[in-house]
Parts: sequence; C-alpha cells; structure tokens
Amino acid sequence: MATIPKFDQVKVGDELKPLVLPPVSRHQLALYCGGSGDHNPIHVDLDFAKKFGFKDVFAHGMLSMAFLGRLVTSYAPSNKVRKLGTRFTSITWVGDVITVSGKVTGKREENGEKLIDLEVKCTNQNGQDTLQGSATVAAA
Amino acid sequence: MELDKKLIGHTFKPFTTTVEAGKIRLFCKAIGEEDEIYSDEAAAKAAGYRGVTAPPTFLRALQADDPNKGGLLRLLNVDIGLILHGEQHFEYFAPVVVGDKVTCQEKVVDIYDKKGGALWFVVQEMEMKDQTGKLVAKGKGVTVVRNPDAAKK
Repeated sequence: MATIPKFDQVKVGDELKPLVLPPVSRHQLALYCGGSGDHNPIHVDLDFAKKFGFKDVFAHGMLSMAFLGRLVTSYAPSNKVRKLGTRFTSITWVGDVITVSGKVTGKREENGEKLIDLEVKCTNQNGQDTLQGSATVAAA
Repeated sequence: MELDKKLIGHTFKPFTTTVEAGKIRLFCKAIGEEDEIYSDEAAAKAAGYRGVTAPPTFLRALQADDPNKGGLLRLLNVDIGLILHGEQHFEYFAPVVVGDKVTCQEKVVDIYDKKGGALWFVVQEMEMKDQTGKLVAKGKGVTVVRNPDAAKK
C-alpha cells in the first residue's frame, strides 16, 4: 500500500516507478467484460469485431485507465486521489505489452490542501502512447 | 449518419446502485490489482477507510449498473459496434466503500463532429452521490461514434 507523498520532498520532474504489465490476453478482456459491466461484444467476440471492421478484438479503454489508476495508487493512497483523467489515443490489441509511467508536473495548494499534479500514460511495446492522462493527488 | 445536436442537455433518469464486494473483487482480478484494501475489511479499516473500498476507475463499473443501460446508444440511435471511448475524467470527493448506495445522474453536455462528419463526439457528465446525499465523485466521458457512411463516400 502506498504511503502519502510528502509535499516538501516531492520535486517537479520526479518519475513514478513504472508498471510493466503482462501482455493483454483474451482471458483478461473476458474478465474485464464481467468485472466492469461493459458488455460491448467488440472486446470479446471476434466475429462481432470483424463485422465492424476490426482485425481482432481489442482492450476496453477503461481497462488501460484502470492501469493508470494502479500506477497512481502505487504513488499515493486511493483516498488521496483527487482527479484522474485520460485521452484514449490509440487502440490496445490482444498481446500488447503495456508500460504505465508517470511523472510529477506540478505542486500547488488549493483550498488549504497540498496537491501534486502528475502526468500519467500507457505506452505499448512499439513506444506508442495508448493513453495520455493526468492525475492529482493530495500530499502531506 | 448525423447525430442530433438537439440532444445536448438531455438528462438520463438517475438510478441508485449498491457497491458490492464481489464486483470489486472481480474488477480487481481483471485489472491485476492485489491491494487488500479492495478485498479485506480489516486491511481497509486499518488504512483509514470506512470499509472495503474500490479502485478509482471502478466508478465506471457502477455506471454499468444502470437498469436502463445502453440509454445513450438508444438515444443517439447508434450501434454499439461503432463506438469508441475518447476520453474519461474523474474528480473524487470521498471514497466509496462496500455497502454504499450510490445514486448516479448522467447528462449529455455536448455533441460535435470532426473530419467532415466521419467521427462524432458525445460528451457526457455524471454526478455520483452517496446515501447521505453527499457528492462523492464527478465523471466526464467522451464517446466517439464512427460514422459508417463515411467509408462509403
């Protein structure tokens, strides 16, 4: 479990310890289909995906966003996360190896709370960003 | 295909759902999350939570509990195979824990197109309140609709 970041010790440019994930599997997409309640067949049913012009099924954007969440909550406790947002910039295919990385982009105080702004992203094995996001966590 | 911009401002019927331990467990298994605050009540309480809590993006799974699920697609008259997720943003005001009854209210705040109508963007905002009426989170999502007619031109 993450400990609360200490505001005075955090520096802009600090990098979070990256998270390298196992290759995305069809099994994982099936689990996420059930676990998330997102039952869009495009993520689990190859016939359906092909019918709509895709070469294969592909990962839910929200599965990758959950990886961003894992990175952020490895840096600060879950109840210190104030914001998490992302753009989904490219599709994550079955077999892709995603690395989740992040760095500190700002430090500020708002309503008496010390906040740390982070840039977070998912990148595939080809070096292409699949998610470009940001987060804000509260510090001590 | 063209989406009706008059639907901007449409408000969906709110619904209330209960945060369930089993759903969080399956969600965590799917995303590879093993922190015990999401599965063990004692660990969660020791970490300062009222009970077993949920990972940050689990809120989207609560949205999927809508008894009128798929309302956006029916409203837009769009096939589920044509949509992609463009953006998602959450703002958190308080953690939700197992047993909380969360009321979700969603509305359409913008509709616009790019690339000469080849792609349409629908922006939705969502508010989540707990059983005491306290705002626990806000969400904003962008759904991208691929225009099936664009490829034919």
